[in-house]
Amino acid sequence: MSAHAKTRIVGSPVPRKEGVDKLLGRARYIDDIEREGMWHGATVRSTIPRGLIRSIGFDRNIDWSEFTIVTAADIPGQNQIQLIFADQPCLADGKVNHCDEAIVLLAHPDKHKVREAADAVKIEYDPLPPVFTMEESERRDVIAWGADNVLKSFLLEKGDVDSVWSSATHIVEGEYRTGAQEHLYIENNGVIAEYSAEGGVTIWGSLQCPYYVHKSLLAVFDLPGDKVRVIQTETGGAFGGKEDYPSTLAAHAALLAMKSGHPVKMVYDRMEDLAATTKRHPSRVRHRTALDADGKLLAMDIEVATDGGAYSTLSSTVLSRATLHSPGPYVCPNVRVHSRAWATNTVPYGAFRGFGAPQAIFAIERHMDEIAAVIGIDPIELRRRNFLHDGDTTATEQVMREPVILDQLLDRALAESGYPAKRAHFAKENKTNPVKRGVGIAAFYHGSGFTGSGERNLNSLAGIDVTAAGKVRVLVSSTEFGQGTNTILTQIAAEAIGLEYEDVVMAPPDTGIVPNSGPTVASRTSMVVGRLIERASLQLVGLLQRHAGLSEVFSGDDFFAACERFRAAKGEVVSLCHYEAPPGIFWDDRKYRGEAYPAYAWSIHVAQVAVDTVTYSAEVEEFWAVQEAGRVLNPVLAGGQIEGGVAQGIGYALYEKVLLQNGHMVNNQMTNYIMPTAEDVPPIHVYFVEIPFSHGGYGAKGIGELPHDGPAPAILNAIRDAIGVSFTSIPLLPEDLFQRLAAPQPVEEVAAV
Amino acid sequence: MNVDWSAIEFVVNGETRQLHVPPMKRLLDVLREDLRLTGTKEGCGEGECGSCSVRMNGELVNSCLVPVLQAQGACIQTVEGLACDGELHPLQRAFLHCGGAQCGICTPGMLMAATHLLANNPHPNMAEIREGLAGNLCRCTGFKRIFDSVIAAAAQTNEPTAQEAAHAR
Amino acid sequence: MRGNAEAHELVAPGSLDAALDLLAGAPGQWTPIAGGTELMVAHAAGRLNAKQLLSLWGIPDLRFIETTPEKIVVGACATFRDLRISSAVGDDLPLLAKAASWIGSIANQSRATVGGNLVNGSPAADSSPALLVYDAEIELASVRGRRHVPYAEFHTGYKQTVLASDELVYAIHLPRRFSRHRQYLRKVGTRRAMAISKVALAAVALVEGESVREIRLAAASLAAFPTRLYRAEDALCGHIITPEIVQAGRNALLAEVVPIDDIRSTADYRKYVAANLLEEFLVGLKAEGPQQ
Repeated sequence: MSAHAKTRIVGSPVPRKEGVDKLLGRARYIDDIEREGMWHGATVRSTIPRGLIRSIGFDRNIDWSEFTIVTAADIPGQNQIQLIFADQPCLADGKVNHCDEAIVLLAHPDKHKVREAADAVKIEYDPLPPVFTMEESERRDVIAWGADNVLKSFLLEKGDVDSVWSSATHIVEGEYRTGAQEHLYIENNGVIAEYSAEGGVTIWGSLQCPYYVHKSLLAVFDLPGDKVRVIQTETGGAFGGKEDYPSTLAAHAALLAMKSGHPVKMVYDRMEDLAATTKRHPSRVRHRTALDADGKLLAMDIEVATDGGAYSTLSSTVLSRATLHSPGPYVCPNVRVHSRAWATNTVPYGAFRGFGAPQAIFAIERHMDEIAAVIGIDPIELRRRNFLHDGDTTATEQVMREPVILDQLLDRALAESGYPAKRAHFAKENKTNPVKRGVGIAAFYHGSGFTGSGERNLNSLAGIDVTAAGKVRVLVSSTEFGQGTNTILTQIAAEAIGLEYEDVVMAPPDTGIVPNSGPTVASRTSMVVGRLIERASLQLVGLLQRHAGLSEVFSGDDFFAACERFRAAKGEVVSLCHYEAPPGIFWDDRKYRGEAYPAYAWSIHVAQVAVDTVTYSAEVEEFWAVQEAGRVLNPVLAGGQIEGGVAQGIGYALYEKVLLQNGHMVNNQMTNYIMPTAEDVPPIHVYFVEIPFSHGGYGAKGIGELPHDGPAPAILNAIRDAIGVSFTSIPLLPEDLFQRLAAPQPVEEVAAV
Repeated sequence: MNVDWSAIEFVVNGETRQLHVPPMKRLLDVLREDLRLTGTKEGCGEGECGSCSVRMNGELVNSCLVPVLQAQGACIQTVEGLACDGELHPLQRAFLHCGGAQCGICTPGMLMAATHLLANNPHPNMAEIREGLAGNLCRCTGFKRIFDSVIAAAAQTNEPTAQEAAHAR
Repeated sequence: MRGNAEAHELVAPGSLDAALDLLAGAPGQWTPIAGGTELMVAHAAGRLNAKQLLSLWGIPDLRFIETTPEKIVVGACATFRDLRISSAVGDDLPLLAKAASWIGSIANQSRATVGGNLVNGSPAADSSPALLVYDAEIELASVRGRRHVPYAEFHTGYKQTVLASDELVYAIHLPRRFSRHRQYLRKVGTRRAMAISKVALAAVALVEGESVREIRLAAASLAAFPTRLYRAEDALCGHIITPEIVQAGRNALLAEVVPIDDIRSTADYRKYVAANLLEEFLVGLKAEGPQQ
């Protein structure tokens, strides 16, 4: 089995495939690219959160004949962005449901003039009462979406939760909240669109999922599949923020290209990107937990609420993952999770690394420490008594057939961090030191790949071909945006065939060239797509051995010579494979039961925090992340993913706050949306324990999102350890600490359910 | 308003360039648009992210905040000026080996900041590295492997590289 | 980039006299721009109203740090990096060197100027608290001649100064008499680097025996402009530092400051953290040890 095989290239720290270009400044991101005769686009956006558009006026001081103007009336096909439910218009048509919703598009050859012109379009509204919070949406005084403001709901049930309350020794309740979070990729969203009657639409852009954009454009332009072509350009960070939003941006640029007769570039500046594009769903999770006298879980009653914004976009799948991650990595015979995504009149929330899991895991891992404090058991011990092990079943009745080594990971994390000794030492030191220190942990899993039947539905197709110039090309629609797609997939192909790393390249991420291997999301690339590349590589070798005289043992030259013989006979050298689900994966979407994910990565995070009682600031001083995520395909890239994810998680917990006024983001600049700098991010220690997973590419499971799940609860648990005060809401800013610890007025407590 | 464009002359990566551009055009835009040196990036336009960092007269500056008129007569180095005769600069080699670049958009600015740091302080300690790079935001790496890259490059600077030998001539 | 470069005139007269002539010839029409770290941000955001700009960058007359036996004179266009590498500033005005190291990033420090920081007049200005406790004097220049204004009187309101429409800040004069003073400066921002101040406190005090002979306190972000804390100074001056005196100092500070809630922080947080910083300074005065 390749998962356990000894390897030369897989598992090696080979340099990033596109690394040299990036380091030379030669890599071409969308704003580095110009097309002949290119115009520039700008967007006129709603300034109110909800209302009817009464009129659209054009200032008389501008010569509008120079401009191309596009509204919903110009859309040839459907005025809808195709995602899950098609409720989001491409352009507002008579009504707006959030601030910064796109209403009018403009194009002009001069990018300054088009910017000025956008400010000269005056829109008049008849405002309608908006809904701004989950609580307002729940009250239903105003119905802002559908019949009841509920974008999606799930009910997960195992056993009989209500049978347990009367006999349980302990019942502990808690409510936990997370705020919105902005991706803050350093490269803003941007595309260039071209249109011709014969060729259709071509898009170049900074994006994660070329085929998502492709699908959306087919509907907007009413075109057949071969008349839309989407090409990903070098992408400067994504984190989920370029999963669905580019479909909207591409449609906008393409409409302008169609109407103007010119290629159109639309690249957002930071202020527009922050205000108008997707962010992480805010959440509110309520736990009611029954335990026996030994601290063993008897029942978990969980209510998950997310804020989806004005349109459903990805809220249903984010909610699904939140639901499935809410019980934590624990055994519990009775579980009920009732989850709902609520509509509000704010910019629609979307995918962001973790996709509902960070929200859910924040709640359960904070709650475990609260339980530990209430019932008087050490938080480490409480977790050990309840961890899932091999053979246990989850809340969806999935049997853990693959190894679950949480105890081992926890032992390693405690040893590497020196947790027990530190806890004791800080407890003594804190008595006199104005800087209070503490340590905290989080234990969690992250399901790799799409939920349930998702991967089967995607039915990904991927593989390799061989060029006459003597290179193997990986054919996938999976994109590189820093996480290492290009490197690991070429490593896998080179390994599986028996070539050198330099012999394999990536085919351009162009829907005109590559098949649909599914979106680059959900931590699926190394596991699912990697496995497809592995299989396709072996498949090609088999074909060459059977039909082109390639021998059992062969050199690189032999391989390419056989490819040429094969090409002479068959015309091309290509090998593709369709997704095959691992055996025993069955998911019931209606009952919400079965194998929720084909594989899980497991992790323990430890945070050491210092709280300065002079300034009320909490800082992470050091961080440890121990994980089991199958085989490590490239230690430099894998380590980099964990470190980067932890840094983002630290931002999520302590620095990053989205401030909305009237549903519009007012801190939409890098000077006031605060991410940690090189002076703020602590030393992050990363340890992998490898248990190869037989159904992942060379034994890999997903790791991209895993590291963002743990930091927030570990940090707030550490703060509780440091100062003995429990905080249940993030982002936790110094002003919040001050309010609880020192403010002269009494603080209004959040009402317990 | 009819603004007189300025005749600007400066040296970029060792080459003298002469331009006629509006004096308030940002140096960043002049580099990217007029000189087609697109290695220097715009991430924020506010001087916060550092992806537009270049070296100007031996100082590290955010080119998005420099009106091109103030670059008159300056000696400017961008990321395109780091490699020499096709050979990677030691920092570029170190970034490649240590994983200092992921998505790569912050990388040009980060390299310029690191170059500036090592030019003034060939063997910086960790606090000095953190300070030297604090003006360059990276959202991908958590900075760790960027720090590793700088330390690795600093460790190599006892031996002259090909470009140092070339400049010594 | 929301600004349009073609809509703004920028001239570089190249000398102080030429700059002053230009200002005198059309008062109120020309906006001086030094390192651009404020105005270019506004330009990119499409909010640069000034159509005619006068570049002070590269005028040697304005970029200097001079030392006499009594004082250090810092030219208005000295950058914060200039301050950091000046041994005179480091020796005699350590709080100013410290403040310079906190401004933005290395790239910002190489362009941001002291004069620009003062004229911009933000209540959060990084250099202001140190300049206030050091009794800085601002020298203003115009074709009409020179005049000196105590820095404590330079700001008159939110982003308002005493600068006349034909005047430039020429230099900042700082006395060299703080070598025996205990000194303190702490800034509280949103993160460790590149942070606009939520609150900052600068303090210098001459302690003889156990009592405070002389004390100056100044803060950022506690009023419409950077201010001295005169009432807190009065509560402390001449006293021995006891817990009661510390409390009196805290109370005086809390009573005299008028911070606001804004996008970065809250009024209460700023007030109480400032009081904590004052207490930290005072407690430090009692402890043995060299000045900070």
